[in-house]
Amino acid sequence: MMEIFNKIIKRIGLPRLIISLLFAVIWIAAILLDQPMGLLASDVIRRFGMFGVLSLAMVPAIQCGTGPNFALPVGIICGLLGTLITIEFGLTSPILGYGFISSIIISIPLAILSGWAYGLLLNKIKGSEMLVATYTGFSIVSFFQIGWVTLPFQHPEMRWPIGKGLRVTVSLASTFGEVLNKLWGFYLGKVYIPTGLLLFFLGSCFVVWLFARSKAGIEMSAAGANPKFAAASGINVDKNRIIGTILSTILGAIGVIVYSLSFGFLQLYLAPLYMAFPAVAAVLIGGASTSKVTISHVIIGTFLFQGLLTVALPVANQMFPEGNLSEMLRTIVQNGIILYALTKMGGES
Amino acid sequence: MAELNQNRLKIAQTTLSTKIKRLVFDNSVPILFIIICLAGVYFSQLPAVFIVNTLLSRITRNSFLVLALVIPVIAGLGLNFGIVIGAMAGQFGILIVTHYKIAGFNGFMLSILLSTPIAILFGVVTAMLLNRTKGQEMITSMIAGFFANGVYQFILLFLVGTLIPLKDPDMVLSRGIGIRNTIDLATKTGIKYALDDVLKYPLFNVLAVIAVITIIGLVINYYLKKKRGYEGVDNFRFVTLIIIMLLILGTSLYVIKSPSLLKSVKLPMVTTLFIAIIWAFNELIMKTKLGQDFRTIGHDMSIAQISGINVDRTRTIAMILSTVFAAWGQIIFLQNIGTLSTYGSHVQIATFSIAAILLGGASVTKATSGQAILGIILFHTLFIVSPKAGNNLFGDAQIGEFFRAFISYGVIGVALGLHAWNKRVQAMRKQLDTDVL
Repeated sequence: MMEIFNKIIKRIGLPRLIISLLFAVIWIAAILLDQPMGLLASDVIRRFGMFGVLSLAMVPAIQCGTGPNFALPVGIICGLLGTLITIEFGLTSPILGYGFISSIIISIPLAILSGWAYGLLLNKIKGSEMLVATYTGFSIVSFFQIGWVTLPFQHPEMRWPIGKGLRVTVSLASTFGEVLNKLWGFYLGKVYIPTGLLLFFLGSCFVVWLFARSKAGIEMSAAGANPKFAAASGINVDKNRIIGTILSTILGAIGVIVYSLSFGFLQLYLAPLYMAFPAVAAVLIGGASTSKVTISHVIIGTFLFQGLLTVALPVANQMFPEGNLSEMLRTIVQNGIILYALTKMGGES
Repeated sequence: MAELNQNRLKIAQTTLSTKIKRLVFDNSVPILFIIICLAGVYFSQLPAVFIVNTLLSRITRNSFLVLALVIPVIAGLGLNFGIVIGAMAGQFGILIVTHYKIAGFNGFMLSILLSTPIAILFGVVTAMLLNRTKGQEMITSMIAGFFANGVYQFILLFLVGTLIPLKDPDMVLSRGIGIRNTIDLATKTGIKYALDDVLKYPLFNVLAVIAVITIIGLVINYYLKKKRGYEGVDNFRFVTLIIIMLLILGTSLYVIKSPSLLKSVKLPMVTTLFIAIIWAFNELIMKTKLGQDFRTIGHDMSIAQISGINVDRTRTIAMILSTVFAAWGQIIFLQNIGTLSTYGSHVQIATFSIAAILLGGASVTKATSGQAILGIILFHTLFIVSPKAGNNLFGDAQIGEFFRAFISYGVIGVALGLHAWNKRVQAMRKQLDTDVL
């Protein structure tokens, strides 16, 4: 009996099991507390699509051997810049997805450039990627705080009416806010299905999956899984690490555009500071480790983690009207899972 | 052989200019930031009294926390982002003391006493975690700090009033569950200024006395060594120290004689004494067997293991010391601030302390108490002047504020990057050596 039990745990993975149980408990609590089920389920699906691409950005980074990309803010800043440029020049015709497509197109070259530079940095510091990545992310976000004040954007929707600089949150209502959510969206009973958003996320997953099966993708995974062996068989490890980093940065840029689109607002200043952590936690909950990840980990992990947080919010608020229980739950789950992954990583290699 | 001896002689007789060059090169980071700070002071156009006064209170309240970082660095654990966890232990101590309304110096000492066992426990747990993640200590301690923050909030927001029977209306939220966001320590029952107000003297008088004593001590030491024919007398070091001390003495005497308001700036003596004690502790422990073990482990863990040092146990001791010092440091910090922001006071402690020690010239593998103090002076000068300087230079105080946030994250990022790069270069060199053999 015990043996079977252990086997099941090993197959599912302890973190995935614990979070699934917690998810189930919270759902039961929500039912008992008479929460509006339809609204809750719609929210879970929306948040799943909203955070999906950001979590997906972890895949190329882990596959190419640089570990979970804690420097996701590098990509996020590129995405934000792309969107700001789009709004500034009014590239928001319906053909350009009300600005969604143009934002992505503008942010990709920025992401390639910064991903390449950041990849060069990562090749110099092999073995300490996660720590340096975290502080690269923090530094770039705090540096761009100065940028948001001084960059010469003029569009009145983005600037403070009086004073200097860009607003803390820029509304996307007049541009591409919720465009994907509404695309082919429909009600299934009381549950709203944002078809466009889900299709975009699953489509991105498919592209990344396809890339992993291409020659370049296989080479990259080989370089990440066993650098010495890969180098011996003639693969340029450093180059492949840079490719992985660039891909991750691009996905980070697209991820934040999708996130802002679904959220309806562009968040500047300190908002991106900790954005990498939920994405890292999501893939780890899905069953990934610091050196191994698949697309299914991303999908399962994002659904479980974001779903848990979405349902926990109203439940916690009803049980404890004051105080931020769900925020606390997020802190504990998110950092607990990262700690767990770190201890599984083993000692000095 | 003769050639070798000549070479040795050459190295011993390095000229003054190379010595100065080396001094500048070894301390390039602090020197750069001294220049930035001086420029900031100049452009901020703030009155000197204001800067010195604010700086002094910031130095005395933050030094203890930054000094808590020194031992883990020597023991090879890197920069201890886990001092956040120690700070939480300190805040638990303060909460208990405030609840029982034990005020003043007694309350302060009791909160130190109460926080110690909690901090030891936290230190042991953190060390267990770090011993399982060797080579990734810094990121682990950082994430552990975030995680502990979640648990800390859970305990104080939800267990207080439900599991922990606490019904103090001054501390508990109106619904009866959870500690209030801010706790006032300034009332008659609090510990505000409990340490600072015990004894205060004018700063520049104290500095003058210290400078005189140090000069006398240095001169006596120098002549005793000369008389005994002691070989390793470092003339350069002696002269530099004397010049620095004379400068301090001169400035102090000038300020005391002048009608400037600077005379009125007062130094909290007991807080300074506490800082001096932990500084001395950090120096003295390196002379013991334990201190040498720290150094050996910090140098090379596998060599330490082979030479019979219990690595995990020694690392645990280093973490316990650091966590306990952080707890005490947080209490000293908060008695000066006067309000405990229950869920916020500790959050940025690690970032600011680490940025400060790095500005002082420390690295991930090398840190001294002197660097810690120099770093605090630089970091907080930057903190005080940058909003005003930003306002005067760019017409926007925000830019100065963002600049200092960028500096604190950026300097940590650069230091960590350089360390990781260095570590890799050395590993590659080792590899080459073994390949040749």
